[in-house]
Formats: sequence, structure tokens, C-alpha cells
Amino acid sequence: AMAYGGLAVPFIVMSVFWGVVGGVLPWLVPKGPNRGVINTMLVTCAVCCYLFWLIAILAQLNPLFGPQLSNETIWYLRYDWP
Amino acid sequence: FCQLNPKVSAFQRRFVGEVRRCEEMEKTFTFLQQELRGAGRALGPCQENPRAPLAREALRVQEQSEQLAQELREVSRNRASLRGRLGDLRRYLHVLRQGQRFTSLPATPGSPARPRALSERERLLDPSLHQHLERKINFVAGVIHPWRVSAFERLLWRACRGYLVANFVEMPEPMEDPTTGESITWVIFLISYWGEQIGQKIRKISDCFHCHVYPYPESESSRADTMSGLHSQIQDLSVVLEETEQYLEQVLDKVVQVLPTWRVQVQKMKAIYLVLNQCSFDVTEKCLIAEVWCPVQDLTQVQDALRQGSYKSGSSVECFVQRIPTSESPPTLIRTNKFTAGFQSIVDAYGVASYQEVNPAPYAIITFPFIFAIMFGDVGHGLLMFLFALWMVLFENSPSLRQASNEIWQMFFEGRYLILLMGAFSIYTGFIYNECFSKATVIFPSAWSVATMANHSSWSSAYLATHPSLTLDPNVTGVFRGPYPFGIDPIWSLATNHLNFLNSFKMKMSVVLGIVHMGFGVLLGIFNHVHFGQWHRLVLELLPEMIFLLALFGYLVFLIFYKWIMFTTADSLVAPSILIHFIDMFLFTSNADNLPLYRGQVPVQMVLVVLALASVPVLLLGTPLYLRCRRRALRSGHPPPVAGGEQEPLLEGQEAGNSVNATKEDVESGGHGPDAEHLDMAEVLMHQAIHTIEYCLGCVSNTASYLRLWALSLAHARECPRTSRVCPRGLGRPSPSPPLSPELSEVLWTMVMRNGFVRLSYLGGLVLVPVFAAFAVLTVAILLVMEGLSAFLHALRLHWVEFQNKFYVGAGYKLCPFAFAPEAWE
Repeated sequence: AMAYGGLAVPFIVMSVFWGVVGGVLPWLVPKGPNRGVINTMLVTCAVCCYLFWLIAILAQLNPLFGPQLSNETIWYLRYDWP
Repeated sequence: FCQLNPKVSAFQRRFVGEVRRCEEMEKTFTFLQQELRGAGRALGPCQENPRAPLAREALRVQEQSEQLAQELREVSRNRASLRGRLGDLRRYLHVLRQGQRFTSLPATPGSPARPRALSERERLLDPSLHQHLERKINFVAGVIHPWRVSAFERLLWRACRGYLVANFVEMPEPMEDPTTGESITWVIFLISYWGEQIGQKIRKISDCFHCHVYPYPESESSRADTMSGLHSQIQDLSVVLEETEQYLEQVLDKVVQVLPTWRVQVQKMKAIYLVLNQCSFDVTEKCLIAEVWCPVQDLTQVQDALRQGSYKSGSSVECFVQRIPTSESPPTLIRTNKFTAGFQSIVDAYGVASYQEVNPAPYAIITFPFIFAIMFGDVGHGLLMFLFALWMVLFENSPSLRQASNEIWQMFFEGRYLILLMGAFSIYTGFIYNECFSKATVIFPSAWSVATMANHSSWSSAYLATHPSLTLDPNVTGVFRGPYPFGIDPIWSLATNHLNFLNSFKMKMSVVLGIVHMGFGVLLGIFNHVHFGQWHRLVLELLPEMIFLLALFGYLVFLIFYKWIMFTTADSLVAPSILIHFIDMFLFTSNADNLPLYRGQVPVQMVLVVLALASVPVLLLGTPLYLRCRRRALRSGHPPPVAGGEQEPLLEGQEAGNSVNATKEDVESGGHGPDAEHLDMAEVLMHQAIHTIEYCLGCVSNTASYLRLWALSLAHARECPRTSRVCPRGLGRPSPSPPLSPELSEVLWTMVMRNGFVRLSYLGGLVLVPVFAAFAVLTVAILLVMEGLSAFLHALRLHWVEFQNKFYVGAGYKLCPFAFAPEAWE
């Protein structure tokens, strides 16, 4: 079972990934008539996707209530999931 | 091209003669095409791209086409008349043949005659009786339409009071009716009568009934002669007819060869003349002047083309182009390639960008599919969409895809890149929502540990049997181990209270993304203000707008993130409600039960509200007051500028040459006379008031409008079946029923798939195959298409209204250049 490192590991991975997409790749696009459009696309895409992922993970960071499971599910998950 | 002759009526324009000639030629072409179609031949498309013909070539084309049409008409006419005659002869032949049955065999009683007339007939046709009565029997023979037979008989009997014998028999083969062209089985009749007057009556009656009457020779031998004569005539006529038809085929072949090229040529000519009609003549009537809008970048290309044109037509004087100042607003030209064209057309559908305004399309390339994907997020469905669009993109050059006539298919094909991106983003958001065909995937192990909770609360099997549902408590150590690294934890899809969590998550997500989108829209206004040099609008409009938006809704976003980060499970019982805080902020009240989120929240909120409210009057009055001060300064300082907004269409008095004037007036600073000032002030104030109200109210309503992201994503998720619902249903235990009615797909799932799975035998396996096929097809059809269209529409609305009304004016018109597009000519 993977040791949960809280927020740190996923945060760093995703930030670096989308940071590269939005901040580094635009410099590497070859010069041409479409360079502006491609750069806009890269940056917008990085911002949108990163924000979306961030919202999803922050919403689950401190849950104020837990999932309510049926007894069948509990029977099953108790021994199947670690 | 601008219309330079607005006052001249369409009939007086210079080139109207040529245009009319082109239209006549087109009429001829249509006639030829109709003839071709009538003969069952198809006209192929024009293969090469012929250039527009010169005037003398056009004359030649016209002559040839008219000649062909003439020939065709003649030949068709000949053929029709030949066929008519042939039909006539053959009918006559039949009449004679059938008539023989009545007149040459008088003794047989079985011939088809009416029983009443039998005795009379015997009396009449018996030669001995013939002589005995000393009356001459005459005959009228002909053919009549089968529907009119009974009426004819009746009338004959009533009119002639039985002094005739009428025999009717059907023709052995159907023949064509010369008038209607359809094939009917005629009825031959032979009327034997005596007496002149009766004869006249009979002939008149048969005229009324549109019968074809033929002379019936008396004696046997003359009948035989006539018949043989007819035979030979028919043969000759058939030969001639055959040759005529062959000739017709030849003419049609010729037409098929030349018609496509001619059509394209004439269409080009006509277009050119129509454009020439829009030009005006110089005073000296020697040269033609045209006024065009032309992109500055392409100016050299235009000059080159003009040079080439004058060279090719062999004229001695060169054509040239010159820039002239105008106060009209120019058309907008946005250059797109095949990828961006789809997105640009979405933006243009709302309104073409005003001249030199910032174009939201490059951002919409990503934000539109993204917002669509938020509402459509599902890995499986997104994958299907992506593959479909990929197939269209990879085969976009195949002619069968491009030239499909189905309009709906054309729409999908035009938007193939759009669908591609929508599918790709849907896959991403599907991973984050953890939905793949509405089942959660466990990529990383779940963060919630049921075992720990069970051990901690000692949930024995007996305990579980008595308690149908239990909740995991995150406060217990080890139950909740941290946030799921990528997306939503899969345990929520198994939980019965998953909606509680998902609703909170998705609503907050919609609000955050909506406010970010709107803020981005307001910021795009910066480009507009900077480009048009309206610095005052930057300070007096953009700044208050941003302060209003951020102070109120930016603060809301802050609250959302703050609560997510700072409030741990330990505070779960006393966690404050953001919504109540937000409402209290506006009302300047406070609720004792709602704890503050952080120290000093109340004064901070008060400051923010005051700031936001203060920005409203600035937004309302800032720009009008500034404009007024500026105008007053201008008026007192300098004399009013000359109102120079007149258009100078004709270049009279200008010298020939390639000079390019660079005087292009700024569109904004059109001079207003001093007498119109008060009118302007009121107008500006009103405009600004509308803008302020629209913006402030819009901020609130648009933020709420983004909640449709939540609503649609929820609807999409719940349309698909879930395993967790199947199991409780199987035990007959009621699950917490949703406020929505039972979904179609859940019914599908329980009835179709479960039954298939339950019968676990070989037969069941075989049955499962078509069952699954049906299920898959229904999934695709209903869910993908319907939901996709719905999400597309909502994403479009969000872009057009909520996003674009923050900065976009969209009051321009498109540049429509004159072009020969080959697809347009079919």
C-alpha cells in the first residue's frame, strides 16, 4: 500500500507538470504563423487543468464528514481494500 | 467592393446588358440540363477550373449553346410527332383487326355483343336481311378511353334509340395515350348503324368523348388492303423514329461534353459583371473606378495583381490603387486556418468582432472544450467522442466525407477539431471526477480505510447485520489517510451519501471557475483599452470593475479555499457555513451560531463591501465626467475641428501614379459639432448607466449562472447506472431516493444487464452478446449525443453571455472578398 504523504507529493508533481506545459513549452514552439495561437493554447490549457485538479484535491484535503456505506459494502471492503 | 452607384437603378447600370446576356445563357443551359435529365443522363462536375472568358469567347459560347438548344428542340419535336403518328397508325391497325371479328363472322353467337342486340345483329348483318331491308349499313370505328365506355354506351343508346349496334372490345396490348403519355388499354368500338342522321349524331357524340375515329372500309378486300398498307407504313415510321432517336443521343452527347465548362465560365462572367456594375465611371468616361476594402498587409499583392491584369489584357494604361481616407468603419478580417476556423465561427455566430477589437477566439479554443468537459466529464464517453473526432480528422480529405449532402453530418464535420478537443478534455475531467462509463476506477488505493474504522468501532458481523448503513468517521485516526492524489476518491461512488460531498465539491468548483473565467474576461478588456488608446477607461472603468468583482466574489473564492485548507476534521462539528457568512456580509449582520472563519473577519468584510459599493459610482460617472471635462477643455482652448466625415468616392482631379497616402483617420475621434454636445452627454451617461447596472447585476447573476456546470455534471453522472444502486435494490432495501425520477439508464441496467449476468450459463453468455450490443447502442445514442448537445449548448451560452459581455462588443461586419470558390459553383 502506498504511503500517503498528504498533499506534498501530488502537489509537487502536478505543479511541475503543468508548470512545464504552461511555462516552458511555449518557448520551445517553433517560430511560424501559428506560434501565438499555440502558445495561448498551451498556457490556457495549463491554467485550466491545473486549477481543476487543485480544486479537486483541496476539496478532499480536510473532509468534514465521511462516506456512509451500506453494510454489504462494508463487509466487502473490509477485507478487500487495505 | 463598395457600392458606388447607389442612386442608379439596376436597369440603368452600365453593364446590365452583359449581365442579361449571361442570364440568357444560363437559361439556355438550364433548358439543356433539363433535357439531359429527361433523357436520363447525368451531368458530371466540371473537372478543370476554366478562367472567365473574354467578350468574344462569350459570344461564341452563346451562339453554340443556342444552336445546340435549337437542334435539341427540333429533334425532340420531330420525335414527338413521329411517335404520335406511329401510335395513331397502330391504333388504326388494331381497330381494323378487331373489327374484323364483328363483321366477318356474322354467324357466331359467341362474339362479344350485348345479348339484347343479338337478335338485331343477326338480322342486320345477315346479308340476306341486308338486302331485304334495303338499307345501307354504315360503320363508325374507333378507340375510346376505357373509363368512358359505359357513359358512351348509355349516351349512344339514349340518343339513337337503339338504331345502332355497338360492339366494344379491349385492345390486346396497352398503348400510349398521346396527350398524357401514360399507357392505357384502349377499348375498340365498332358501331354499325343505318341512316344518315344517326351517323352524324354518332360522330358528334364520339367527338365529345375524345375518341379517335377511323374510317372503316365496307368490304373485306378493302379492309385487307388498308391493313397491309398500314403495316408497311408502320415499319417505315419505326425506322425513321429509330434514326431520330439516335441523332438525339448524339446531340445529347455533345451537350454533356461542353455544358459543365460553359456553366462555370458563364457564372464567373456574371459575377465579374455584377461587380463591375458596382464601380463608377470617371468624368471622362474613359476609366472605371472601384472602391474596395483591402487588408493593409495584402496591398502589395493587390498592386501586383493589377499590374499583371493590365499586362495580360494588353492595354496601354496601367491600373493602380490608391488609399483614401474614410470615416466609415472598416470590415473585420480574421485569418483562420482549418483548425481555428471552427472556433472562430462559434465566436462569430454571436457577433463579428468590431474592427480591431480583441478576439476571444484563441482563448475559446481551450476554454470552450474545457467548460464543456466540466459538464460532460466521463472517461469512457470522452474517449468515444475523441475517437469519433479523430476518425473525422484523419480522413478529412476523403471526398466522401467532404461532400456528404446531409446537413447535420456537415455540421459535425465542420466542428471536428472542436469535438476532438472536447473529447480530450472530457477524458481529463473524467479522470478527475473518477467516472469511466459512470464507474469509478481505483488507480490509486483509496484514502479511506474501512478496516480501520471497523476495528476501531468493533463492527462485528452481527453488528453490521443489524445496521444497514454506517458512516466512516474521519476523526478516527487511520480512517482517512490523506487526499486522493488525482481526482475524487473512489469510495465516494460506493457511498450512499455521495451526493452530499459531490454537491459541495461541484458547486464550489463551479463558482470558483466561473469567477476566474469572468475575471479573465474583464482583464481582456485591458487589451481593448490599450489598443484604442483609451487610457481613461483603464482607470475609470476597468479598475472599478475589477475592484467590484474581486472585493465581493474574489473574496468568496478566498473563503472557499480558506475553509478547505484551514478547517480540519477536528472542527467538523463547528465548521462555519460560507453561504451564511456571505449573506451576512451584505446585510451587515452576524449570526451567533456561525463561527467566524478567521480573526477579524467582520471588519475585513465591512471594508470590502464599502470598497465595492464605492466603485459603483466611479464606474457610473467616471467616464462621462472625464469626457465632459475633456470636451470643455478642447472647446475653450481651440476652435472646433472641421467636421470632416464626408466620403470622397471619386478620385477626380487626382493624378495617376502609385502614391500611397498614409492618412487614415482614427475611427474614434470623429469630430462632433459643438451643437451636438448636450445630446452626446445624455447619450454617454445613459450608455454608462446601462453598462454599470448590467455589470453589477451581471456579476451576481452570472456567478449563479455558472452553477449550471454543477447541475449538468450531476445530471450526466446520474444518467448512467451505478453498481451501488443495483445491490441494495436486489435486497429490496430502499436506497435514499434522489429527488429526480428514476433514470432511464438505471432501468436499462437492471433489466438488461443484470438479467444477462444472472443467467450464468453458456446460453446466458450467448444471449449476453446481442444484449450488450443493444445496451451499447442505447448508451451511445441517448447519452452521448443528447448529453453532448446539451452540454455544448450550455457551454456556448456561458461563453457568449457570461464571458463575452465583460469585454466584447461584437458589432463589426465581415470582409467578404470577391472570390471564385470552386465548391460554390455546383
